[in-house]
Amino acid sequence: MENSKLVKLILEDGTEIQGQSFGAHMSVAGEVVFSTAMTGYPENLTDPSFAGQILVLTYPIVGNYGVPGEDLYESISKIFESDKIHIAGLVVNYYSDEHSHWNAAKSLGDWLKEYNIPGIAGVDTRMLTKILREKGAMLGKIVADEQDVPLHDPNLDNLVAQVSPPEVKHYGQGQHKIVLVDCGTKTNIIRCFLERDVELIRVPWDYDFTTLDYDGLFLSNGPGDPKMCEATIHNLQKALQQDKPIFGICLGSQLMGLAAGGDTFKLKYGHRSHNQPVRLSGTQRSYITSQNHGFAVDTDTLPAEWTMLFENLNDGTCEGIKHKTKPFFSTQFHPEAAGGPQDTEFMFDDFIEAVKEYKAAGKQG
Amino acid sequence: MNKPTKVLILGSGALKIGEAGEFDYSGSQALKALKEEGIRTILINPNIATVQTSEGMADDVYFLPVTPYFVEEVIKKEQPDGILVAFGGQTALNCAVALYRAGVFEKYNLPVLGTPVQSIIDTEDRDIFKEKLDQIGVLTARSVAVTTMDDALAAGEKIGFPIIVRAAFALGGLGSGFANNMDELRALAEKSFTTSDQILVEESLKGWKEVEYEVVRDAFDNCITVCNMENFDPIGIHTGESIVVAPSQTLSNREYHKLRSIGIKTIRHLGIVGECNIQYALDPVSEDYRVIEVNARLSRSSALASKATGYPLAFVAAKLSLGYSLAELKNSVTQTTTAFFEPALDYVVVKLPRWDLGKFAGVQRLIGSAMKSVGEVMAIGKSFEEAIQKGLRMLDTGKRGFVGNAPEQADNETIDRLLNQPNEERIFAINQAFEAGYTIERVHELTRIDLWFLQRLHGIFELGQRLATGREQGLWSLDVDLLREAKKAGFSDQQLAVQLLGADDVKADELRVRAHRKALGVLPVVKQIDTLAAEFPAKTNYLYLTYHGTENDLAPETERSIAVLGSGVYRIGSSVEFDWCGVNAVQTAAAEGYKTLIINYNPETVSTDYDVSDRLYFEELSYERVMDILDFEHPTGVILSTGGQIPNNLATRLEEAGAPILGTSAASIDMAENRHKFSSIMDELGIAQPRWNELTSLADMHAFVGEVGYPVLIRPSYVLSGAAMNVVSNPHELEEFLQTAAEVSAEYPVVVSEFIQEAKEIELDAVADHGEIVSYAISEHVEFAGVHSGDATMYYPPQRVYVGTIRKLKNIAEKIARRYDISGPFNIQFLEKNGVIRVIECNIRASRSYPFVSKISGNNLVTKATQVLLGVPVTRDDSERVYDLPFVGVKAPQFSFTRLPGADPVLRVDMVSTGEVGCLGDTAEEALLKSMLSVGYKIPQKTVLISGGPITSKVALLSSAQLLVKKGYQIFATQGTHRFFAENNVPSSLLFWPDDHQEPNVLTYLREKKIDLVINIPKNLSKGELDNDYKIRRTAIDFGIPLLTNARLASKFIRAFCSLEMADLKIKSWNEYKAM
Repeated sequence: MENSKLVKLILEDGTEIQGQSFGAHMSVAGEVVFSTAMTGYPENLTDPSFAGQILVLTYPIVGNYGVPGEDLYESISKIFESDKIHIAGLVVNYYSDEHSHWNAAKSLGDWLKEYNIPGIAGVDTRMLTKILREKGAMLGKIVADEQDVPLHDPNLDNLVAQVSPPEVKHYGQGQHKIVLVDCGTKTNIIRCFLERDVELIRVPWDYDFTTLDYDGLFLSNGPGDPKMCEATIHNLQKALQQDKPIFGICLGSQLMGLAAGGDTFKLKYGHRSHNQPVRLSGTQRSYITSQNHGFAVDTDTLPAEWTMLFENLNDGTCEGIKHKTKPFFSTQFHPEAAGGPQDTEFMFDDFIEAVKEYKAAGKQG
Repeated sequence: MNKPTKVLILGSGALKIGEAGEFDYSGSQALKALKEEGIRTILINPNIATVQTSEGMADDVYFLPVTPYFVEEVIKKEQPDGILVAFGGQTALNCAVALYRAGVFEKYNLPVLGTPVQSIIDTEDRDIFKEKLDQIGVLTARSVAVTTMDDALAAGEKIGFPIIVRAAFALGGLGSGFANNMDELRALAEKSFTTSDQILVEESLKGWKEVEYEVVRDAFDNCITVCNMENFDPIGIHTGESIVVAPSQTLSNREYHKLRSIGIKTIRHLGIVGECNIQYALDPVSEDYRVIEVNARLSRSSALASKATGYPLAFVAAKLSLGYSLAELKNSVTQTTTAFFEPALDYVVVKLPRWDLGKFAGVQRLIGSAMKSVGEVMAIGKSFEEAIQKGLRMLDTGKRGFVGNAPEQADNETIDRLLNQPNEERIFAINQAFEAGYTIERVHELTRIDLWFLQRLHGIFELGQRLATGREQGLWSLDVDLLREAKKAGFSDQQLAVQLLGADDVKADELRVRAHRKALGVLPVVKQIDTLAAEFPAKTNYLYLTYHGTENDLAPETERSIAVLGSGVYRIGSSVEFDWCGVNAVQTAAAEGYKTLIINYNPETVSTDYDVSDRLYFEELSYERVMDILDFEHPTGVILSTGGQIPNNLATRLEEAGAPILGTSAASIDMAENRHKFSSIMDELGIAQPRWNELTSLADMHAFVGEVGYPVLIRPSYVLSGAAMNVVSNPHELEEFLQTAAEVSAEYPVVVSEFIQEAKEIELDAVADHGEIVSYAISEHVEFAGVHSGDATMYYPPQRVYVGTIRKLKNIAEKIARRYDISGPFNIQFLEKNGVIRVIECNIRASRSYPFVSKISGNNLVTKATQVLLGVPVTRDDSERVYDLPFVGVKAPQFSFTRLPGADPVLRVDMVSTGEVGCLGDTAEEALLKSMLSVGYKIPQKTVLISGGPITSKVALLSSAQLLVKKGYQIFATQGTHRFFAENNVPSSLLFWPDDHQEPNVLTYLREKKIDLVINIPKNLSKGELDNDYKIRRTAIDFGIPLLTNARLASKFIRAFCSLEMADLKIKSWNEYKAM
């Protein structure tokens, strides 16, 4: 690192931090957020929910195990959470420019370069995290070679429209036909479905899926403010009139809340980590979950037929909602993990069970 | 929740290899957790030096052996309605399993809180364990559990070599090892069967990564992993012997979470409630894995994980065993978020083991699957480089870090061997290899250490080279960027000084580097450990320093504050007793209204619990780091006299730097530590001491020895536990010894003194205020002088010291206290022979026996000393009244020779014990017997072997032998002893010496366990005698037969067990003794 070039990280509050450049040597603007996950940068960086964000990793040593080579599962990536890096920039304390892992194909720096994403190392990431914790997530930019760029709030963009695929795709030949509304889905969600006897129809965020023949509806995660997804909410409201099971994750959970008539709000600095504790409401059962979100459902605004399914044990925020009578439910966290703990993957089983029940009831009826 | 009202907690007894201070930490936390619930707590633990056996911890304490007999007696008497067995290590667990199997818990209707005993058995019995994991499809190493040699060999054939042999139910991997062929297997199995009835023969996973997780589960099946840890050393080296990193550094998310999920699944299946540890082998080239073992209790790893993350595992485990759910408990760091979470670290932790193998003559120096280390350190940094270099210094073995150490010449063959055969110096051999031009890949091939770690070390090596090449400009070649880079890579000022300026005047150069660095504004920052990587604010001040940062997490303490320097790494000669001293000093300072700071880096301690002080600096106890902290905090005062020798050695330099050191001046401390100055002062005061001389030339030396005669005692200055101290009996030994001693301590002169044989050794622990003694305690060694005071058995109050002698001792102590103007703690060691009292040494600091004498007398010497240091007016207490005590305390040493293959289990002037106990009795015999049973001695059933050594000890043992015969014991004796006994009408059966190669041979009898107790007194240091005696002693240890090598102690022990039955050993609690 002795010869690396210097770059600056500048926050909207005026904080300026100098560090060493790695990855692409260029300037970029975005929303600065932090994640406390200690592993999983290949997964994190390809998570479309990070679109437009400059990601600060609190774990201080990054790049140790390099980046794996591409490997396909069905027609999707076996390792990564989408087909490209979605973050706008990466901020770390110590970048390990040498790596070691049997599965590594390249270094993190080279991978970032490949996708033209700048990284900055040598930053007091704890100080930065404390600023974000106190003042809330804020805009910022990485500036290389004095090539200034204007600050830019990605939440004003329709990020979902940017990361959602342009056309419908089909996967698998299972017996349960699931529509996945792709607002920026992580590929592990697709993998989780394909392991469960599912035929998956992946549709763009604004696609009118009500025209399709399906057994269950799934709403994916995705970046930005859920209120940007008017088309999805509109379609979803139609689906809520029916009885087909609906399951939403992360942004999908917020969309469900909005479609049900509730409201969402922006958290001060969001939940981005692998250690978020949630409780299944009304029980002694709790789970450690993987999370990446800046917005949440305001449970107070939910209509009477809806209730909180999970709650965050630390700040009490909504971690999932469910309809009291119909098979509609959601999680704010990521049961598909990747990265992070896999303890709630059973949510996919619950959903498939609901689909089975729905189908069985349909046959009887 | 149906909470119990009175809970019994089992401790782990004396510190031993494989079971050390970590259980003082876990037991103390459990006691705090129960106390908070209003539950009455009763602790059984003979380890009197611990914090957990202190006033204010448990409601009552039994200083009794943690064995089924005594625990059942306490249960019978106390009738508790709950028992905790997971906080006292393998000792408590084994005891609990035995009690469970004997139906004792059922008999007294006593619920075992937390993990059910059956679950413990499921994890300890390898066959059941494997079967349980098979049930849920979790992989374990292919293995066969066997109980006979034939089955062991058959299993070896079936599995194929190399294989590993493990003993079931053994602490710290005792009786484990690798075998590459049938012969090695046979030898290993034979040894393992001596420690366990069942051994395990299994596939070798040598070279796989070793990874551990700490798993917590509540009674509602909620389960979390609090920390994962990756061993720097691959499988094959016991985790207690490995350098360990937390969190894992080379695991991908998939690997991390695959193992995490398997852990949770396994622990749920096993039904553990509370805390446990699961260890894996992970294939370095795929995601294949094996579960190695589950420890269904708090362990060394859990203590480390607690300190590494800030998650109080033992405290939480205790609460869970009462029936709480995890989500009901608070994260005690943030005090707002829940305990149901998995800590996110924003730093890296490196743990390194400390060995003291150099102290053991004959010991095998290789390390492997059985534990040999005696302590460990934990270093925190924001890069691996920063943490490991800190850690290497913390070990206090004279190393400056990974590079910059005294050069050692080694050819490639030696380097290859050091890399390929794991040993205590391996990490330094890696640097030697780099210096010799080895590539990272080559080092990896030889060590199987992951390339990532080697890359980091190579980075340190390269940086060291870069610094060294700039030497012509000296300090001025050190610009801010390079300096920062070096500091971020963990280079100390002293290391920089050596790299830049050479090693001629290290301490002065270090100060130059420091001044230069401060002038350039390159300073470390203070960071907080908060369990959540800054996501939430922390309420506790658990701190470390790093150069990776620009902002301090907190401002300096503004109220008046006291910094207490801890005792650092546990090693032979300094362990939990100094932690007790440090904790007591902090508590006293807090009670006097000061804010308190602790600096310490030992993860096995209570002092490094963040609720003990207002600010915990988990940091190096080096001049540089202590000054960094003092520069930042500017405390009102600094206490360095309660942490043993490490902080004491800093006194002069800290005082010169203007640190507000409390108590006796550094100059006085130096005048006591420096033997030459000390002796002159004794002469000046007219206090007798063994004749001595300072070594300047060999010729002078021989002249001096000619005057006083052999044997002589040789010791360098600034010794702790007699490092490099020895008795020599002839000129040849003298020259040989001096060569090695010069290497140990070139900076200080070597002192030779006359060695007085058959002298009584007496110790005085005291506190003085401006030179006036305000409290003291005198204790008496059972053994004659010549056994290191740390290895000696001690009576307090003294049992056979004349009142007149005590008066003289006091007078001498008063003179010394005045002359040195002592304020604070000190300790003097005396010899008494034929009414003549000589002073051996004076330490102006708290000593090893402080907790023992303080707890027995009820006069807490550390509290008193701290009050003196703080300037609180104190009055002289009624120390004299201790002679009226209606009970006696005996402190006995714990040896760990079983864990040190090859080591000669004999007591000398150099300390070799790893721990101690202190027991109380109505009589000296009762206290002695209890204490010896506590450190593993057993009352012999039928047979005693006596190999009586020199005529004086044969005579000393004669009446004991008569007593044994009277009690119906059969005595076996080696030739000379047999003849001597026959001459004195004591019947004994002759056993031939090992080298007689004639039956009945003593070795055969030992191997066939026909002997219940071995008394072997070394005759002299001549080679042939040594070999024979050595073989007897070592065989006794290897076959688990109690061994005594000191005639005085042997006589007392025999007298005690011949005059007392087990039923005579009173089951009396500390409170009951105090009320007498």
